[in-house]
Formats: sequence, C-alpha cells, structure tokens
Amino acid sequence: MKTHQYEVVIVGAGGAGLMAALYASKNASTAVLSKLYPTRSHTGAAQGGVGAALGSSEEDHPEWHTFDTVKGSDYLGDQDAIEFMCEEAVPAIYELEHMGLPFDRTPEGKISQRPFGGHTNNITKKPVTRAAHAADRTGHMILQTLYQQCIKNNVKFHDEFQVIDLIVVNNAAAGVVAVELSTGELHIFHAKAIIFATGGHGRIWEITSNAYAYTGDGIAIALRRGIPAQDMEFFQFHPTGIYKLGILITEGVRGEGGVLINNDGERFMDRYAPTVKDLASRDVVSRAMYLEMMAGRGINGKKYLYLDVTPEVVNKYAALDGRKRPDGSAFQTTGEEILAKLPDIIDFCQVYLGVNPINQPMPVQPTAHYAMGGIPTNVNGEVVIDDKNTVMPGLYAAGEVACVSVHGANRLGTNSLLDLVVFGKHSGINAAEYAKGASFQPLPGDAGEYSRDQLEALLNGEGSERVTDIANEMKQVMFEHVGVFRVEEGMQQAVEKVRELKERFKYVRVQDHGKIFNTELLNAWEISNLLDLAEVTAVSALARKESRGAHARDDFQKRNDIEWLKHTLAWMRDGKIDLGYKPVTLTKYEPKERVY
Amino acid sequence: MQIKLKVFRYNPEQDKKPKYQTYELEAEPTDRVLDLLEHVKNYVDGTLSFRRSCAHGVCGSDAMRINGVNKLACKVLVHDLHTTKIRVEPILGLPIIKDLIVDMEPFMEHYRSVMPFFVNDEKPPSKERHQTQEERARFDDTTKCILCACCTTACPSFWANEQYVGPAAIVNAHRFIFDSRDRAAAERLKILNDQFGVYPCHTIFNCTVACPREIEITQAIGEVKKAIVTGRLD
Repeated sequence: MKTHQYEVVIVGAGGAGLMAALYASKNASTAVLSKLYPTRSHTGAAQGGVGAALGSSEEDHPEWHTFDTVKGSDYLGDQDAIEFMCEEAVPAIYELEHMGLPFDRTPEGKISQRPFGGHTNNITKKPVTRAAHAADRTGHMILQTLYQQCIKNNVKFHDEFQVIDLIVVNNAAAGVVAVELSTGELHIFHAKAIIFATGGHGRIWEITSNAYAYTGDGIAIALRRGIPAQDMEFFQFHPTGIYKLGILITEGVRGEGGVLINNDGERFMDRYAPTVKDLASRDVVSRAMYLEMMAGRGINGKKYLYLDVTPEVVNKYAALDGRKRPDGSAFQTTGEEILAKLPDIIDFCQVYLGVNPINQPMPVQPTAHYAMGGIPTNVNGEVVIDDKNTVMPGLYAAGEVACVSVHGANRLGTNSLLDLVVFGKHSGINAAEYAKGASFQPLPGDAGEYSRDQLEALLNGEGSERVTDIANEMKQVMFEHVGVFRVEEGMQQAVEKVRELKERFKYVRVQDHGKIFNTELLNAWEISNLLDLAEVTAVSALARKESRGAHARDDFQKRNDIEWLKHTLAWMRDGKIDLGYKPVTLTKYEPKERVY
Repeated sequence: MQIKLKVFRYNPEQDKKPKYQTYELEAEPTDRVLDLLEHVKNYVDGTLSFRRSCAHGVCGSDAMRINGVNKLACKVLVHDLHTTKIRVEPILGLPIIKDLIVDMEPFMEHYRSVMPFFVNDEKPPSKERHQTQEERARFDDTTKCILCACCTTACPSFWANEQYVGPAAIVNAHRFIFDSRDRAAAERLKILNDQFGVYPCHTIFNCTVACPREIEITQAIGEVKKAIVTGRLD
C-alpha cells in the first residue's frame, strides 16, 4: 500500500476545497484529493449568484445581509458565524474579482448584482440587488477561476482518488485512505491536518438537482469514525427544478422578474408572501407550491406549476408591483435581455423540454437541492464533536459538507457560494497554521484495513440484492415522507424502510471484480453512504417536534423556540442513531416570527 | 420505443482487443443517452464503465462519440438522434483506459501549457477592477468552456498529431488574452505562435460543431491567430 505524506490534505476539489488549497498551500505542503476531475465538481452547477453587500447599484450593508440570513435560517443559524460570513463576504468577492473572475458588469463597470430570495433592504423590506453574478453560471466561473489559480500556484492534485476512510489516532486526525480509481489500489495519505470539502448528499431523494457524485461521502466517513452529524433534518428543496428531472432553474429567474403561476393562471405567491412575493425564501416558496398542488391547482392537476419569465408576463407583474430599476426607472425587460442574463436556463429548457422560456412558461416542481446540515464545525472550520463544541485536533470541514451553522434551518440563495469561499479560505489558513505547530501522529499498522473490509464485503457479497433497487426505494420513501412536508407516521415509515434497506444492502452483489475504474464497486459504496445519511436524516427529523425552516410538519405546524431552539447532533453508534442537542448562538437578533 | 444500443467495450484486465456489445432496451424518446447507459450499468451489466456527474451538461464528464459525433451523453436525448440504433464510443485521440473512459491527462497537459489563469501583478484597488460591459462581452463566449474535450478530440489536426495543443487549450488562452484586466496576453501569444500552437488549425469547424456549450471555437482560434499576426488585440 502506497503511503504519501503532506502537512495538509484536502478531500474534495469544489469551491471550498480549491479555496482551502489556495490558502493552505501558501504555508504548508498541501495535496487535494478528488474523486472527480476538479472542474467536474458540483460547485460548477451553481447558477444565480454569490451574495455580498457590495452595494454596486443601491444601498446595502453587511448588517442587512446578516439579518436576512439569520431570519432566513428561521433563527437556527449561529449568529456569530453568520455575522462573520456576511462581513467577510465583501472582501472575499473582491478577492475573486482580483483573481480574474468574470463577473457581469454594471454600466459603470462595477460588479453587477441581482435580487434573490430573502435578500432585502432592511428599511423598505423590498428585495435588494445583492447577488453578484456571471450570467447564470456563477458557480462555473468560481470553480474555473479557483482551479486556474491553483494551476498558477502549482497546487498538488491527486485526481480521481476516492477517499474511503479517515484515520484517527489519539483522538486526532492523522490521515485518509483513498482508492486510486485508475488502478483500484488503496493509498494512505498521512497528514497533520485534513480538510473535508466533499459537498452534499441530495442523491438521497428521488427528485434532485444534485450530481450523481453528491453522495455525502465526507459525512458518512465521519459518522463511521464517531463524529456526529448536525442538523441533518434540514435539507433544502429548491422551488424550481425542471418537472420530473429535477434540474435546477435558478432563483435568478425570479430575480429577473419571473413569476410562479398555478393552473388558474394566478400568480399565487401574492397570497403567501405579500411583500416580496416570488422572492420569499426557498422553504416558504416550496411549501406554497406544495399547498397549491395539494389544492388541485397544479398544472392540469399534476404535480407541477409554471415558472413564467416571458417578457409580457414579467412586465405585467413588474408594473403591478411598481418594480423599479436601481436608477429609478420602471422595470421593463425584453427577450434579448432575458437571453443575455439566463442563457444556460434557456439552453436547459430547450434541450430537455423543447420549451423556449422566452415564449413559453417552464414546468417546475420543488427539487432536493442543498444540505443545511453536515459535519459540525466552529467559525474557524475546525470540526467539533460534541455538545460542548470540543475540537477534534487536525480535522476541518468547509462548504456544503460542513454545518457551521450559517444556514440554520433554511439557506438563502447565493449563500452557498459565499459559504464555500469564506469558510474554504479560513479552513485553509487555519489548517496550515495548525499543521505548522503540530507533528504527524504515528500511523496505525492496519490503517487501510477498515477500507479494505468495506470494499471486500461488496466484492464478495453473495446475495441477490441489486444496488439500484435499494437506492431507488430509498429515494422514493425519502421524497415522499421526508420531503417538503412531513408527519410523524410518514417519517416513522421512512426510518423503518431505510433500516430494512440497510439490512438488505448486506446482500448486494457487485458484478465487476476488476481493479481498473471499478465504478460499480465505488457507486455501491456511495449508496451505502446515502443509506446511512438517509437514516440519520429521517431519525433527526422524526425527533424534532416543531416546524422550522425546511423542516415543515403537518402535525406540529409552529416553530417552538422554547423546546426546539437548538441544534441536533446525531451519532452512529453500534448500528444505532443516538441524538443529542446543543444551543444556538444568539448575539443581536431575538427570534421573531418570520413574515415575507 | 425499442433501442439497439451498441457500446464500445474494452477491459484491459481481460480483453486483448476492444469489442462492441449491443444491448436492446426500452426507452422514452426524451431519455438522455446517459440514462440508457445508466440503465445498462444498473440492470444489465455492472461492468460497463463511463464517467458522469451532473447529468445536465455543465460538468463535462461524459463526453463520448454518439453515432460518430462528439457529444455529452447527458445532453443528447434519444429523439434528437432520429434513429433507434445508437452507437456509443470513447472520444478519439486520447488513450483508452476502460470502455468509454479515456486518459484525460494529455488533454489537461495541453490546457495547462497555455497559462490558463489570470495574470495581473499590479496592486489591485480596494474594491473591484473596473471593466466596461463591452470589455466584459469581448471574451464572454470563451468563459463557458467546461473542459469536456469534445472539441479537441473532434479535431483532425489533433488526431494527426497529439502534440497540437488543440482547440480547448486555445479557447482557454483566448479567455484571458482578450480580458482587458489581464497582463499576460503577449506571453500566451508567444506560446501559441508555434508549430504546435495555433498553426495546425485549418478551420475545419469540427470543434465548433462538437462544442456542447455552443462556443464559437473556430472564430476564437481565428481571433488568436489574428492577434499573433498583427500583434494587436482589437
């Protein structure tokens, strides 16, 4: 077994991993391991923008961004961390621009910004232009820019290495074990500090905007090594996924004036969020859509609605809303302007639906999109492993895999790209600094054993279960019962079903017994991760007897701050899930009812 | 509808030479070719190997030759092909590792050779560097590249000589050469003013046809050639 040694090892090469790599590699020997080529990472699928109170074309302040994020989180976000992120946002976005990121521009040559759900002028309560964007491929441009800078700075990459295990020695992180896809060989990466930046796990659900690769590897590995997962019941369903396919249609469509329409031709968000309407936060809009569909107002009675960005409809509602451009003129748009601002969305609709959004509305439904929960960290990116926030030395997490928590019970659009830039950077700085003052932990003699056992169990399985069948049954039960709306009985069913599937998973059969690019084997291992995370998600959700943010229960419809203003921690111990809780950090903002 | 899916197969651990395997399966006209490959892998033959991730044309993992033309398997629907016989093969000109998976390293090496990163060592302002909307639009098209390799592996000049940097590398050089904020255009033009730089491009347009992001690649290469000849970036 080949052993490598670096001071800092980063697992994952999306925005958070690459930002961490740029900073860690300045001061420490650093390597990035990624199961995909870095530019294939899911950061590249982010569309609409990255939030920062730059105030390019109207008044804005980091304090407003902070309050909007706290409110968006339904008061479950830690306010010190949110304030840190929103303050850091402004220099971080300028830093990306200095790295060459091709943001769209205002007529004055500044970074262009658009409105996004939940981001407001705190005085007028109206939407504010806070989402800095590069057309509707902002994530693509962030990912490309960071990868380009990594090339410039000679960052060391091990591409197509799938990390399977974390090595823990003396309660500190000591390395990771990874499979080299091209050979099937296990490698040990011995390190002083490890940063997990492995992304999310939306593949638990049937309809999702998430990539095949989004299988929650980082959280699953951490759970198996005794590290808890935080706030896993909070998973964001983005309101506008393409019907049946789940492919994301950016909230930027509504930022550019698009509206949601039901089967009666009604712009129904008026009734649910009278002030910001279609630009309410995502949990609110997804629930409104569900209620419309349950009331029989889905299009042709089916489980979808229309998202309409045709210029006539945009202009009609912009006039009704009295919407103005930042210069004070009335907001009116044209097909050409929409094409220039949303080229990829128009392309997706034409390719997958044969619909041109400039002439026709888009059929949309809520789609599983983003994990608010994840590996608990503090504001430095250090992983914390209990209700007292005890740090595990040498282990860091950043981006979607982490739960700082800046998103609480519901993330605002544009804050995921911001999260990965800010916390990627700081985890990189802090990991390198820690590594400089720490020594390598001695590696255990059998460091690769647990990884080998997991893979061999899949290779030598003699049962007749098919991985795909198990995965599909998980996705269906989770989408039905641990989705936008939840009730006790349904979640209980989901827990039992996932446990049954985990039992059946012991009897899966992998046909490919080769070494080279055995994607079947590694896909099966990924499904085992999703099963663990599905169980943790359903168990955490079942226990939380209130409605907050993305966790909406029919049987407990109100938020309950007296009993439930606290973070969930879930441990996997001896095949069981143990739950614990820890307090939310409140600083300036008293929890209030959320109205948009 | 009933589809005959003919797939290039090669497992270096077992096969002396490549072969084709045909799978008959039921598909919807709106299924992606990637969905068909997933179906085969999940229900028929788990050993079939290919790369994929986002499944909607933005990550660039699943470039392959579909009925002889380079495409992303996730961006081609069955009905787009106007036939029930679908042939899927690896992209050409890169070493085949297994089935539809090729070694991307020679492609990435060419990409890295053209300084595909922003260079400006002047002290930045405290806020953003200003850029007009026209200056930003000048290189918009080439910022869309996802490094899928559809273009380079559709290029006869690249098939003829793997030392040619290829269209994708030139596209990524173009993205910086024409960025008003960048300061290394001259160095990139010098790199591309080479027998394996822009000159093997004979404006065949295969690259432009192949690009799943609809980048006007031949035009971009033409603009780089012109800048080399004239020494000007307008």
